[in-house]
Amino acid sequence: MHSFGYRANALFTFSVTALAFICAIASLSDNFSDQNPSAEIQILNINRFKKQSYENDEVSLTLDITADLQSLFTWNTKQVFAFVAAEYETPKNSLNQVSLWDAIIPDKEHAKFRIQTSNKYRFIDQGHNLRGKEFNLTLHWHVMPKTGKMFADKIVMPGYSLPDAYK
Amino acid sequence: MGWIGETVDSIKSIKIRQLLTQAITLGMIVTSALIIWKALMCVTGTESPVVVVLSGSMEPGFKRGDILFLHMTKEPIRAGEIVVFNVDGRDIPIVHRAIKVHERENTGHVDVLTKGDNNDVDDIGLYADGQFWLHRHHIMGRAVGFLPYVGWVTIIMSEKPIIKYILIGALGLLVITSKD
Repeated sequence: MHSFGYRANALFTFSVTALAFICAIASLSDNFSDQNPSAEIQILNINRFKKQSYENDEVSLTLDITADLQSLFTWNTKQVFAFVAAEYETPKNSLNQVSLWDAIIPDKEHAKFRIQTSNKYRFIDQGHNLRGKEFNLTLHWHVMPKTGKMFADKIVMPGYSLPDAYK
Repeated sequence: MGWIGETVDSIKSIKIRQLLTQAITLGMIVTSALIIWKALMCVTGTESPVVVVLSGSMEPGFKRGDILFLHMTKEPIRAGEIVVFNVDGRDIPIVHRAIKVHERENTGHVDVLTKGDNNDVDDIGLYADGQFWLHRHHIMGRAVGFLPYVGWVTIIMSEKPIIKYILIGALGLLVITSKD
């Protein structure tokens, strides 16, 4: 009962249990933080709007994104993954979500930012439904903790639209 | 060196009934571990409720050796969710983020395109030839929580199987030589 093997086993079990308990508490503490992020997106320019050779519409645009995500950071946050997606409906698809830009925000200092960028990922439709299309630009964020449960949420900004004709 | 002598003595003095009791206790432990695993599978709705991150394609969020807790519901996949999927014909699960989602009217069928956060290009190159989208049946679950570093145990055990044998051997020895 008092051999080396038993002592090592007991010590190991106890430390693993204690570590698991601490991780759970750390994760639970995230639920109590007060979060109020804000964002604003403007479309500066529609650069290109054409029909690809195999019939899908493609848009290239320049966005001006302002956001303040500082309140999302807690002591248990490792990084916040933020991305902007265009969301719209077409006759064939009840929902289309296309990510246009994303960024990894490693700490609180970088969480308040304003950037102007063209879309990082190609905005391609399944079909040719984009002329005159109204869409929402949604800023999503995904809080990735140092340990425990991940949270995700979004701000929906409706009211953007594409031109009626190809450019 | 004394405890090696003790161990050898105790192995020599084993009686059959005691041995059988030990074997049954061991069996009970293994069986209850299995029951817990299966129960987890039911609760989370996925075949593997826990996966180990094997590559660096989601850094700095998930590093190699972290473990992820998965959950799967009937809710359709949405952009931004971190999904774990298997490509047709390959065994290794891949953990990446959905960046494009197209959901069909009426049927609820979804086309999903994924990309690792740390990769420059999306996953089209990883899918099977001629496949441009992932569908519901490829996806094993969504990552909802994570623990750092714990997965290294699994990675080491699968890359150097000798360690697995040493560990099981040591545990077996511990059980056999217990005086209870």
